[in-house]
Amino acid sequence: MTGTFKNIPMALKETLNARRLLCPLPVIRTQDKVKLLKPGDQLEVICTDPGVMHDIPAWCRINGHKVLETHSCDHEYIIVLEVGE
Amino acid sequence: MSKQRKAVALISGGLDSMLAAKIIMEQGIHVEGINFFTGFCVEGHTHAIREKSNAKPTRNNALWVAEQLGIKLHIVDVIEEYKKVLINPKHGYGQHMNPCLDCKIFMVNKAKQWIVENDFDFIITGEVIGQRPMSQTKSKMPIVSKQSGADDLLLRPMCAKNLPATLPEIEGWVDREKLYDITGRSRKPQIEMAKEFGIDDYSQPAGGCCFLTDKYYSAKLVDLWKAQGTKDYELDDIMLLKVGRHIRPRPHFKLIIAREEGEGRFLQGYKKEFTSMHCSSHPGPLALIDGVVSAEDLYLAAQIVGRYGQGREAEQVDITVTDQEGSERVLQVKPLRTDEISNDWHV
Ligand code: SF4
Repeated sequence: MTGTFKNIPMALKETLNARRLLCPLPVIRTQDKVKLLKPGDQLEVICTDPGVMHDIPAWCRINGHKVLETHSCDHEYIIVLEVGE
Repeated sequence: MSKQRKAVALISGGLDSMLAAKIIMEQGIHVEGINFFTGFCVEGHTHAIREKSNAKPTRNNALWVAEQLGIKLHIVDVIEEYKKVLINPKHGYGQHMNPCLDCKIFMVNKAKQWIVENDFDFIITGEVIGQRPMSQTKSKMPIVSKQSGADDLLLRPMCAKNLPATLPEIEGWVDREKLYDITGRSRKPQIEMAKEFGIDDYSQPAGGCCFLTDKYYSAKLVDLWKAQGTKDYELDDIMLLKVGRHIRPRPHFKLIIAREEGEGRFLQGYKKEFTSMHCSSHPGPLALIDGVVSAEDLYLAAQIVGRYGQGREAEQVDITVTDQEGSERVLQVKPLRTDEISNDWHV
């Protein structure tokens, strides 16, 4: 998955494993992780609850973060976001 | 210039808390939302687990409400702290295992801590006098304010005019005249108000905001405590109560049997924590065994699991038993007939 970030050398690239957690826990873990990051940093969240495809983008919109990518494969749901101001 | 006052609104995702926040926002107050995750919240969960709903994942109403209002939402994990509320509620339980009054006190207390840490001025809730028989009567309102420590920093915009003035009203941060005096169980005033605010899409959960108001869920929780011999739980325990068919053929063990594919996939995630079994000669569901079992118990469990697969009428089925380390063995059993599965076994 590191290829996702290869054109943004300055940003911190973190991954959060939120597998097996049910909503809203992946959102809470994302929220807590983002608190430790700076604007422009990126976070890849890997989940197994399909509800995150709604909830994490909604949480990002409310809080001014940007969803860069969402996709799913093998019952995993992956969201890459960029921390806003 | 007067200071911009800030309020935190307890957002459950229902209409009342949405309206309460809106009323205060209309008065020029900066409002942010707070939502507490106890582990029992209705949001997400079973919707997310069950296959049928996957085509259209349900939204998290608290997030959705915050987005509609254009406010930030802080979701706070209170799973650990909530245990003491549920296990030993000072004011007792409601109709089922819902400790609503203690729960309200707890949440308002957490909100009070939050406003102190975040330099906010007061707290708002969507409570309405008489809306819920246990926690929202007129006599209970001061109990919540007092025992939470929020006192007159707790404002209920929906019924404020029927309650003593709070600090935000006394200080003139909000205009008491523009607050409301709703009482009773009718939803009409809220629906009217929603119309006035141009809100036409909202959620109105019938029972309450959490699984503890559900009769069947509460029965499973009581069963869990009885079997453990102690009132305690971990997050996984309470998640598993939301999933599958729970059958307790003996006091010391129960089976959690997936009802469909989504649940099966969810239960797969617990194969390292539980002995599991599934029918390998015919299509059938995955089941977890919760408890310490003898060879005889395992045989009975296999017969029950056989009943819920497509080999239910077969003379014999193969049931593969997998222990926590992943070692497998096969039991050949005759599935039980429906009438051999006692009604009392269903939790
Ligand atoms: S319904 Fe559940 S979350 Fe709502 S007040 Fe009662 S116990 Fe608390």
